[in-house]
Amino acid sequence: MKTVNILICGVGGQGVLLAGDIIAETAIASGFDAKKSEVHGMAQRGGSVVSHVRFGQKVNSPLIRQGEADVILSFEEMETARYLQFLKAGGCLIINRQQVIPMSVATGQAEYPVDVVERIKQQVKDILLCPGMELAEKSGSAKAVNTVLLGALARKLELAPGKWQEVISRRVPAKTVELNKKAFESGYSQQ
Amino acid sequence: MKMFLSGNEAVARGAWEAGVNVVSAYPGTPSTEILENLGKYKEIYAELATNEKVGLEVAAGASFAGARALTCMKHVGLNVAADPLFSMAYIGARGGFVVVSADDPGMHSSQNEQDNRYYAKMAKIPCLEPSDSQECLEMAKLAFDLSEKFDTPVLLRLTTRISHSKGVVETGERKEHKPTGYVKDVAKNITIPAHARKMHVKVEERLKKLAEYGESFSYNKIEPGDQKLGIITSGISYQYAKDIFPTASYLKLALTFPLPGKKISEFINSADEIYVIEENDTFLEEQIKALGYKVSGKCAYEKEITGKTKIPIVGELDPTVLAKAFGLQKESPYKPLELPARPPVLCPGCPHRGVFYALNKLKLTVTGDIGCYTLGMMDPLNAMDTVVCMGGSVTAAMGLEKALGPEMAQKTVAVIGDSTFFHSGITGLVDMVYNNSKGTAIILDNRITAMTGHQENPGTGKTLQGQDAPIIELEPLVRSCGVKHVQLIDPLDLKQTEAAIKEAINNPGVSVIIAKSPCILIEKKFKPALKVDEDKCIGCKICLKLGCPAISFDKVKKKSKIDPIFCIGCEVCASLCPKQAMGHK
Repeated sequence: MKTVNILICGVGGQGVLLAGDIIAETAIASGFDAKKSEVHGMAQRGGSVVSHVRFGQKVNSPLIRQGEADVILSFEEMETARYLQFLKAGGCLIINRQQVIPMSVATGQAEYPVDVVERIKQQVKDILLCPGMELAEKSGSAKAVNTVLLGALARKLELAPGKWQEVISRRVPAKTVELNKKAFESGYSQQ
Repeated sequence: MKMFLSGNEAVARGAWEAGVNVVSAYPGTPSTEILENLGKYKEIYAELATNEKVGLEVAAGASFAGARALTCMKHVGLNVAADPLFSMAYIGARGGFVVVSADDPGMHSSQNEQDNRYYAKMAKIPCLEPSDSQECLEMAKLAFDLSEKFDTPVLLRLTTRISHSKGVVETGERKEHKPTGYVKDVAKNITIPAHARKMHVKVEERLKKLAEYGESFSYNKIEPGDQKLGIITSGISYQYAKDIFPTASYLKLALTFPLPGKKISEFINSADEIYVIEENDTFLEEQIKALGYKVSGKCAYEKEITGKTKIPIVGELDPTVLAKAFGLQKESPYKPLELPARPPVLCPGCPHRGVFYALNKLKLTVTGDIGCYTLGMMDPLNAMDTVVCMGGSVTAAMGLEKALGPEMAQKTVAVIGDSTFFHSGITGLVDMVYNNSKGTAIILDNRITAMTGHQENPGTGKTLQGQDAPIIELEPLVRSCGVKHVQLIDPLDLKQTEAAIKEAINNPGVSVIIAKSPCILIEKKFKPALKVDEDKCIGCKICLKLGCPAISFDKVKKKSKIDPIFCIGCEVCASLCPKQAMGHK
């Protein structure tokens, strides 16, 4: 099997890093080798955050080469565009319908590119726009956005849904297992 | 057992399996999780040191006792700890003594991208470079054995992508190491010149033995492949190279100082063309080129060795950069879009914000320091002029005053965090008092070492493991350094903050302001989000000068607005608003 490359991007505090852990652990639970890379420290203070996850028979580099991501799972609309060069030709985008305003926009020095999703659509065919916040709230908590997005991703990958549920149940707080199961299913049913 | 571990977690696990007894370290990205994870094992004494020099010295002391000891730090931490490292390189190691350096190519969270393999070369100690989490575990164990076998400290050198990448690791069990006990041996342990001259002879002999050991060291591995291209590499660069040049022959080095000259020469002679692939500096390349070995009558040097003529020295290496360097990267079919940058910002409710707002308003020159609060330099706070190194704020302010006179001191303030002050701010403050300076230092006391992910420090009253510890109080500490003018303030109170700064800069001697308010992320005493009363807001944008991520400006309505998800109700903006437009209604 060819190595599968998933790039997850968003803003510090959105749960990007945990999502990366869950994808990699699901791949391992399914019998694959996996690596994952991200950066800690200053980036976590509301900055742009990215996590690379790769799985397959044997993975060398923990970082994805530009032009080789099978899927970009984006937690924030504008951040998708920042990492677009990582997507392979014919690759798939999953975009959470959420905008987080950066400081330069808040202070009026820059504009948020409001039509960013439209402009990405002109370049990429395979796009899933996921109303993550809305689905998470319906599942019981706005905090479950990352689980919704994992559900949406799971549909694009050939890993058994049961393995995803197993890893998610292990990684989220015990009280929220049922809620997260619902959130995962609501993401999985998106197409 | 198979586990999914980061390089840092794997180093901690490996050290634990090797029976490490004593660990002392100061946090620093990307090294921090090594100490945090070692702190979880009850068999190990692990502590948060006040700085890297202290950490290395405590570990050295434990090695004197025949214990297995480890210290870990970020790359620039080793600059602080270099003094004892070089002495210990002469003294050696009675109990296995491992120094872990986590370098930060690309400067994700650092001020420079120094390549600490040069420390191994300069101190003449062995350098081990793992290339994934599994090797992190294995080499952490091996480092203790090497240290004891060759009577030397061992440098275990990681980089950000080793420390913070996760991989599948096969773990083992702990083999207990009982400290062999202290034995008096002054010729070995006292570095007076008469002893040190003899020690240096031994150090040179040790290097020769280590180089010989490297020739048959199993981790210095030849992976046969296509003979047209031979690649010499180490660490994370090996993983990138394998993706870009999958069919080449490889010499993967793990002991990167001292190098196995014969093995390298043989490898060079076995391939038609040689690439040396490494990140940042030319550490391997220059040593390899300097070998100039003749093997079977043929000089290795005559062969084309390609390294930094193609691969950039500046910045982090990754598969894309490597492919581009050799013209192998296809152009992306996607056109990049113009986007506003999204740099990190001070958190909503961060107590540092009030201090930087006041400093910006008073238009002072601010000598800064290392921590979250370095973000006070960002727009719109713009309240920082210099950042040099840990503790460098107090002394830089003093230098400005000595160069330009007391008038400059009236326009200058040093800002330093609580943990950074304990780390290396105290000595600068003593110097300021001792040398009759005039100047002001603000200690941003947020009761935690925040930037690296919230570690305790000597001021917090907790140990690494969260147990009670004596609190080193800042106010009596500062007073005992001879500072007469000390003010304690709440930085969330903007009026008090501004008044205190004005008073301090006009005081004739040394002034210290302790701005005490806990990091918003540890206390998490969030209050309900504020709202903007649009009837009251006149669109003056004063609140935007706080640089709070929760506040933005609605250009259509010409009113400020507060994002209820981000706002934690600190009310600093409300205290600033001239029309009392921010409130809980």
